[in-house]
Amino acid sequence: MIGAAYAIPNVLVFLTAALLILVGAVGVLALRNPVHSALSLIMTLFGVAIAFVAQSADFLAAVQVIVYAGAIVVLFLFVIMFLGVDRREAVRVEPLVGQRVFAGIGVAITVAGLITLLARSHWVTGAIAVSSSGQALSTGSGNVTQLGGAVFTTYLFAFEATAALLIIAVVGAVLLARRERAGDAEGSEE
Amino acid sequence: MNVPAAWYLVLAAVLFGIGAFGLLTRRSALIMFMCIELMLNAVNLTFVTFSRTLSDIGGQAAVFFVMVVAAAEVTVGLGIVVAVFRRRASTSVDELSEMKG
Repeated sequence: MIGAAYAIPNVLVFLTAALLILVGAVGVLALRNPVHSALSLIMTLFGVAIAFVAQSADFLAAVQVIVYAGAIVVLFLFVIMFLGVDRREAVRVEPLVGQRVFAGIGVAITVAGLITLLARSHWVTGAIAVSSSGQALSTGSGNVTQLGGAVFTTYLFAFEATAALLIIAVVGAVLLARRERAGDAEGSEE
Repeated sequence: MNVPAAWYLVLAAVLFGIGAFGLLTRRSALIMFMCIELMLNAVNLTFVTFSRTLSDIGGQAAVFFVMVVAAAEVTVGLGIVVAVFRRRASTSVDELSEMKG
């Protein structure tokens, strides 16, 4: 029995997270209404957040809910309703013959290859690898301290680069989504 | 004792497969972006699982940066979708064939 080897609460947490993730992911694909797909995406993201908490990544779980389930999905919903594409995309036949079959075969090969790779490697046997340089991971607020220490020392340059990336992304999105007006050529906007 | 890392890794692989299948079969650009988010989340889950297994905080830092890049990617991508929809009144990627040779 599974419960004999592992604590029951941990198994239940994993099963809950797996159920939320898989049902939500299938819902994103299968539902025809884009609004419903976005709501299914929220379900998957919450499942991933649960999996993060179960693996002592508390800060990332909070960011997952705030940024992903909060900001990104709201952005999706905003665009869906702004464009009015809900109830569009009716049930269609596949335009490319055999597209779903080939996609299914390719994905099955990929997933089977990944799982085979896992099963044949030494990574997942549970042994702590020698690459662990520092102390063990801590949970709770200790996780925030550890992650903050890593981000602001080891990965400081990448952290600063993300600031530039976000500014560029915001400017690019505004430029792309801006409505062209007649007076723009003279620079008389605003 | 926590559940073995292999369970989470298999879950992440299946989630990645679902996202890839959706990306290959759906043709609404919005749904394709959502499928990309699914694949990114699968990779994030793998990162966090290995971070726990190897007791290395670097995996969680990588997830942090993946989230930032995903936010930027969604912002620009949805901007492109809005710009395309304004010209074509459709989000179907099959109708964007002007560059076909």
